Amino acid sequence: MHKIWLIIQREYLTRVKNKRFLLVTFLMPLLIIGLIFGSAYLTSTGAEHRKIAVVDPNGFIKTSLKNTSQIDFEFPNNVDTSNYTSKGYTDILILPNFDSAKKTNYILRSKKSMGLMMQNSISDKINSAIEDQMLQEAGIRQNVLDSIHKASQFAELKAYEDKGKASKESSAGLAMGIGYASGFLIYITLFIYGTMVMRGVMEEKTNRIAEVIISSVKPFELMLGKIIGIGAVGLTQFAMWIILITSLTSVGMSMLPPDLQHQVTTLQQTNGQMGGAAGMAQASESAMRIYNMQHTIATANWPLIIGCFIFYFLGGYLFYSALFAAVGSVVNEDPQDAQSLMFPITMPIIFSYLITNMVTQNPNTTLAFWASIIPFSSPMVMMARIAYGVPSAVSYWELGLSMILLIAGFLFTTWLSGKIYRTGILMYGKKVNWKTMFKWAFTKQF
Amino acid sequence: MDTLLRLQNLKKHYATQKAVDDISFDIEKGSIFGLLGPNGAGKTTLLRMITGIFYPDEGHILLDGNPFNPIEDINKIGYMPEERGLYKKMKIGEQALYLAQLKGLSKAEATEKIMYWFKKLEMETWWNKKVEDLSKGMSQKLQFVITVLHEPKLIILDEPFSGLDPLNANLIKDEIFGLAKKGATIIFSTHRMEQVEEICDHIVLVNLGKKILDGTVADIKQMYKENIFAIETHQIESITDNAIFSVVRKEGSKVLVKINDGYTSNQVLTHIIQNNHPIVAYNEFLPSLNDIFIKLVESTHATARAFQNI
Repeated sequence: MHKIWLIIQREYLTRVKNKRFLLVTFLMPLLIIGLIFGSAYLTSTGAEHRKIAVVDPNGFIKTSLKNTSQIDFEFPNNVDTSNYTSKGYTDILILPNFDSAKKTNYILRSKKSMGLMMQNSISDKINSAIEDQMLQEAGIRQNVLDSIHKASQFAELKAYEDKGKASKESSAGLAMGIGYASGFLIYITLFIYGTMVMRGVMEEKTNRIAEVIISSVKPFELMLGKIIGIGAVGLTQFAMWIILITSLTSVGMSMLPPDLQHQVTTLQQTNGQMGGAAGMAQASESAMRIYNMQHTIATANWPLIIGCFIFYFLGGYLFYSALFAAVGSVVNEDPQDAQSLMFPITMPIIFSYLITNMVTQNPNTTLAFWASIIPFSSPMVMMARIAYGVPSAVSYWELGLSMILLIAGFLFTTWLSGKIYRTGILMYGKKVNWKTMFKWAFTKQF
Repeated sequence: MDTLLRLQNLKKHYATQKAVDDISFDIEKGSIFGLLGPNGAGKTTLLRMITGIFYPDEGHILLDGNPFNPIEDINKIGYMPEERGLYKKMKIGEQALYLAQLKGLSKAEATEKIMYWFKKLEMETWWNKKVEDLSKGMSQKLQFVITVLHEPKLIILDEPFSGLDPLNANLIKDEIFGLAKKGATIIFSTHRMEQVEEICDHIVLVNLGKKILDGTVADIKQMYKENIFAIETHQIESITDNAIFSVVRKEGSKVLVKINDGYTSNQVLTHIIQNNHPIVAYNEFLPSLNDIFIKLVESTHATARAFQNI
């Protein structure tokens, strides 16, 4: 036991002290946060502004077409397709003679092509303008129409999940996000740390240090020490990321303008209500957005999700890394061999990831159920389902069964790989395939 | 002398071949023991059983009179495999410390011993270097230090001099003698017969998984002598075949003669004196281990082939 501890220490320390580890650990959260804030910043400030000349011979939508922050509609005279650019317009929109009986086309000409979002937005605006126009023609007054519009903006879908007597607000969007992110993170880390284990074993074999060490410890101890040491590196990395991301976010929050911060806290205290509609107006749009984000994030059961994430990361890692170690132990100098031997291990990982992508949208299909029970795919798929809530989406017995099978699974792969490893690590100059590896595992050797 | 290691009827079969087929021998405490054999003879398998890496299919290994227990006795053994193995990216001091601790030394003990050996072999400046910065000979020296660091009772050295310059080879050789003098037993495995003649007290030759020779170097040479004598003289041309002896070959001022059956070495001498050859030296010519090795290995291969043909 003392010796395996020494091995774990070495595996852990040499990797954690490595410059690359520190770089990845510190740069990754910065990169993620930078990406989120950067894209948010770009969409809020860098959006293009369009000034569109509308040629509306009937004056049909002139009164109903509303400007937005990005689009100005103007109705100038004497503008046509040949001169709109010289008059300072970016686009020209030409409406045909309107006939309510049949569908018709508007024509938009631009100097610069327009993004899909903006095209949709213009199309929506025109359609709602026409709708308004028709409602007015049917006798509804403009002010009535406006108040209806305003009132209808307030309704917002809030889904609640029933938990016995209490019901809890749930957010499918958040669940999907969490499920996707944790599935993806497990997918990536299985690959990163699995191949790290494999390369470590290959290094020991090709350097021939394995023989020196195996004259001091049992091969199984060497293998297990490596797997545990590298797993600890993975956990350290996650812990650092969580700490860094939470602290960077709180630093980011404290750098917001003080009045915005004040509004957010008031929203928090009043549970999103600031004295009805009047209060809403007081809170600025961005304060509302920050509050909503915080509120949505708080709906998730974080202790459960983080706990399960750590369990499934470790379980999946132990399950697969033992197999990666077995492959590493049979490979000779040629990395090409490793590629082909890795294939049967990487396929289930990739498949599980694909299933995870489906499950994030439909957590309760038959495929989702089985994939979250079977240890080959459960680390990723179960995380995607857990995000939708336990026990509402995943019942306790399913979670328990999945966990027990994963533990049994990694005990089995570790046992199997231990057998293969023991033979492989001292075998040189022989090309090995999975068939011989299984033969080693299931027949008595040494 | 006491026996340190006793192998009794060791057998180890792989799927396709008998790697070790019923081998027994004793190794005395404090001796330098040569384990010889051609490539693929079963030496590595035998050494791996002695180091506890493999378990024998049959037979027993006794260490100091007790059955060998790999888990406990492993710390009494120092094994330097033929292919050198070190972590390339790890600092030398840390590496030595790690491997010594794996052999059961405490950190303080290990540090002290590493300092002692590094000083002795002029390696003090190496502590913070990495193995990849060392030359082949230097890493060989390091590997030797790592092998003997924990003061094992039994030291197993597989080709310890390959890649060393004569200066460093002598340095290591002196250390090996020193360790044996202090009571360590050394198993020395090599193909270089002149080193065996120089260093080993006792040898065992294995081929095709069987022991084909066992004894002290002097005894073996006596056993395989062929009644050949070397006559050193200034007139080698005039010595020719006759009833008493036949000439094997002439090299420089020496003539090697084989005494015919029924005659003695004194009769050869008398014959030469009578013929008035000026003798400078006259002595028995013993075969080199190299010759014995080649002869024995070739004959076992021949028998093996003959068996296969039947």
